Amino acid sequence: MNKQMIPLAIFSALVIFLAIGLTLDPKEVPSPLIGKPAANFKLQKLYSDEAFSPNELRGEPWILNIWASWCVSCRQEHTLLVDLAKEHPVTIVGLNYKDTPSEAKAWLQELGNPYQVTVQDPNGQAGIDWGVYGVPETFVMDREGIIRYKFTGPLTKKRIKETLLPLLSELKDNKIQVK
Amino acid sequence: MKIHYLLRSILFSFLAFTALMHTANASIETYPFETAQQEKDYNVLIDELRCLVCQNQNLADSNAELAQDLRKQVHTMLVTEKKDKDSVVKFMVERYGDFVLYNPPVKSQTLLLWAGPFIFLLLGIWFLMRIVKQSNSIQPTKNENAEHSASKSE
Amino acid sequence: MIPEIGHFSLILGLAFAFVLATVPLFGNRHKHTALMQLAVPAAVGQFVFLAISFGCLLYSFTVDDFSVKYVADNSNTQLPMIFKVSATWGAHEGSLLLWAWILTGWALAVSLFSKTLPLSLQSKMLSVLGMVTIGFILFILLTSNPFERLLEIPQEGRSLNPLLQDIGLAIHPPVLYMGYVGMAVTFAFAIAVLIEGKFEMAWARWAKTWAIVAWAFLTLGISLGSWWAYYELGWGGWWFWDPVENASLLPWIIATALIHSLSITASRGSFQSWTLLLAILAFSLSLLGVFLVRSGVITSVHAFATDPTRGIYILVFLVVVVGASLSLYASHAHKVTQRKAFSLVSKDTLLLLNNVILVTMMATVLLGTLYPLILDALGVAKLSVGAPYFNSVMLPLTVPLALLMGLGFVTHWREDSSKRLLNRLWLPAVASLLVAFLVPLLLLPDVSGLAILGLLMSSWIAFTALIWLLKENSTGLVKPNMQKFGSALAHIGFAVTLTGITITSIYSIEKDVRLEPGQSYQINEYQFKFIGVQQKQVDNYLASEGHIKVFVDDKLLTELYPQKRTYMSQVMPMTEAGIDAELSRDLFVALGEKLDETAWSVRIQYKPFIRWIWLGSILMAVGGVLTLFQRRRKDKPENVNVTEVNA
Repeated sequence: MNKQMIPLAIFSALVIFLAIGLTLDPKEVPSPLIGKPAANFKLQKLYSDEAFSPNELRGEPWILNIWASWCVSCRQEHTLLVDLAKEHPVTIVGLNYKDTPSEAKAWLQELGNPYQVTVQDPNGQAGIDWGVYGVPETFVMDREGIIRYKFTGPLTKKRIKETLLPLLSELKDNKIQVK
Repeated sequence: MKIHYLLRSILFSFLAFTALMHTANASIETYPFETAQQEKDYNVLIDELRCLVCQNQNLADSNAELAQDLRKQVHTMLVTEKKDKDSVVKFMVERYGDFVLYNPPVKSQTLLLWAGPFIFLLLGIWFLMRIVKQSNSIQPTKNENAEHSASKSE
Repeated sequence: MIPEIGHFSLILGLAFAFVLATVPLFGNRHKHTALMQLAVPAAVGQFVFLAISFGCLLYSFTVDDFSVKYVADNSNTQLPMIFKVSATWGAHEGSLLLWAWILTGWALAVSLFSKTLPLSLQSKMLSVLGMVTIGFILFILLTSNPFERLLEIPQEGRSLNPLLQDIGLAIHPPVLYMGYVGMAVTFAFAIAVLIEGKFEMAWARWAKTWAIVAWAFLTLGISLGSWWAYYELGWGGWWFWDPVENASLLPWIIATALIHSLSITASRGSFQSWTLLLAILAFSLSLLGVFLVRSGVITSVHAFATDPTRGIYILVFLVVVVGASLSLYASHAHKVTQRKAFSLVSKDTLLLLNNVILVTMMATVLLGTLYPLILDALGVAKLSVGAPYFNSVMLPLTVPLALLMGLGFVTHWREDSSKRLLNRLWLPAVASLLVAFLVPLLLLPDVSGLAILGLLMSSWIAFTALIWLLKENSTGLVKPNMQKFGSALAHIGFAVTLTGITITSIYSIEKDVRLEPGQSYQINEYQFKFIGVQQKQVDNYLASEGHIKVFVDDKLLTELYPQKRTYMSQVMPMTEAGIDAELSRDLFVALGEKLDETAWSVRIQYKPFIRWIWLGSILMAVGGVLTLFQRRRKDKPENVNVTEVNA
């Protein structure tokens, strides 16, 4: 009798996994770059001919936001970014991903510019180094330039309030130590 | 749970949208190779690397822009930078994680995966051997012996 | 009006399903013959109303009734009629309605063709089928109603995904569902037997018929899908180990094991409980397939767009159906099973070993498909398991399977001697070795170890099947024993498929080249000359059509016209390959993109023996069905009591 209960036992275990599976997103890719130094890049700024490197931002936490004028969900989060820039003294760098300067500028003109610096990544090469696979994505770096968090998909009020802002204050107070 | 689903659908729509917006170009590139080995490595790599914005496709089969970018990256690393296959794999995994590999690496988390089939087979054969042993000791009935001789004589 | 009739018929169908599920069982309990017999008209009733319901949906498509949301989402006026028809099952809701209708079709067939079974068994079986039907109709009515109306009727529909506007894709779902759903019959049989408390050998023969028919449909359905993917997707691939593909392969593997296990039970009257478990498992895997494809837990191009509510419903349904059957199995199986004596060298052992390998294969495919989900659920890691894994692990399992196939033919039931087997088998063994080594040496471009292995396996199966058919066939070739012939053909079909897989996997050549008009590219003996590209407007798409001339030894062999189509409703262009198909090889050309003023990128592929893959599956299905045409042995009256079941 015991032997014949094995199929039922295996099935029960399977069902538990399937049930948990219903709450997961099979397409979400966690970033392996968390806890690692942010990849350096030297990209041309959108509003000048200078180049910019994230190494210039050592000493304080900062945010990198990957966006594009052709990206619909970027619009959703952009107003929140503009508000964030107004209300909190944190450096937000915008990386304009696979876009053209004219369209990027027009987009920022229309929706507002929360970025201290905007750089262009027209061929997506810098994006690859950051493990970017979609737009928008947002990275949070600490004082030492280590990536601390990655948001895939647009920022929401909830994500900003519950994750981003607490993280920023912790980084400001240098509460998190590098492991 | 509800918010999670909402987030999921937003995430999905942004990924789907980004995939759709940039599939205007075909993915038949005519990359030059210096050696046959490079070409072979390239073809194996684009088969085994996953397109992250696609619905379960490798780099070879996908029209998505990210797939085109990554194919270009693979080619550049193999031909221009003269790197070997393992370096390309390492590069991709550093940035995108093990998720990007369709050929799961053999590590502690995948031991069960790779050993599984072998374990299943051994278990099955072990069970079978037990049954055969038991069956050897069952005495056949008279009817069965008659049946057996009848079928044998054909 | 019509959609409302369709909707209402569905509800009526549910009512009949409810009657079917409850009344005959009640009749069983109280040994009430009339109530048990009610199963048949109830089965007819649910079939008729599901047919009307499906017919109404089909009608809505043919008349472009965009007030029906499902029609508006999946069709439009520009669609050719045949694709309006196939759009009926092109998405989630409609395909489920088809599923449910086919289920009632199988129940109807069982009610008509189970006269040889005792009424108590038949009525139990039909009740179980009724219960499963209730589950599906409820699922449709509660979460996936195809008859939902739109308040604002759009002028034009959204159209069908261009990938689905194809004849292969039109036929593939119905054929596949016939197989998928057909597993419900042996499932219902298993439940009925467990409740009945006994399992006669004659019943096993009856069940085997239904297992084979469902299996044949599933074989063809999977093969159609593979063939379609090959010519439609433009990359020359024919199997991707995609979770949805695997979902159809899992019940197929178990159905194969089931057929062989039913053989043991029918011939020897043993291993009843194992057979019943396989029958439950086969349909459970069908249901698991429904879950995987429609719940969103896995990522696939094939997956239907769904919402989580549907996933929860299917999971609950799965738990109820499979949980209840496995619990019934746990408590009742020991009552119906028997062991008979057999020695190590016997057909019994070989068929059991076949089962072990097939179940291992199933478990392996299941493991690989669900592993990413399991690791993610445990929070351990996020990884992917794809074709490289499956190809690596399935090959070592196929080798012993092939070996067993050959052995299994000529081995006797219950007891045989290895000496006798050696006598029988040395000839096919030698012949196989010759083929395996000579064919690559003489006919193929280079010798590869894997090619030799593959050819060895295929020829071993083919030769042993032929030896068995010719030598052991007591009535000779004049009056062929249809069952033996069918069985041999089915196994030879597998060998043919295996040959196709081996050769095409190893010796295919694929090149992406840049061609100017007038330029050529050479693969083996074929010269592909690029003539140019023209623009064309057809039906509901705009095409760039390439023109390639293929020459062999400077003689024109054929002309190919690969296209890149932009459908009016889509941004994404579709590739239609130009294919020249022969039994020995396919020439496959796909148009890439315009590289400059005149040059285009072109993908040229040489695919040897690829047609053998699907040809083999046709042979398998045909062979399987032929075994059902058994002659009655009228010339041997004294064998009436002996069960003459051969394979």
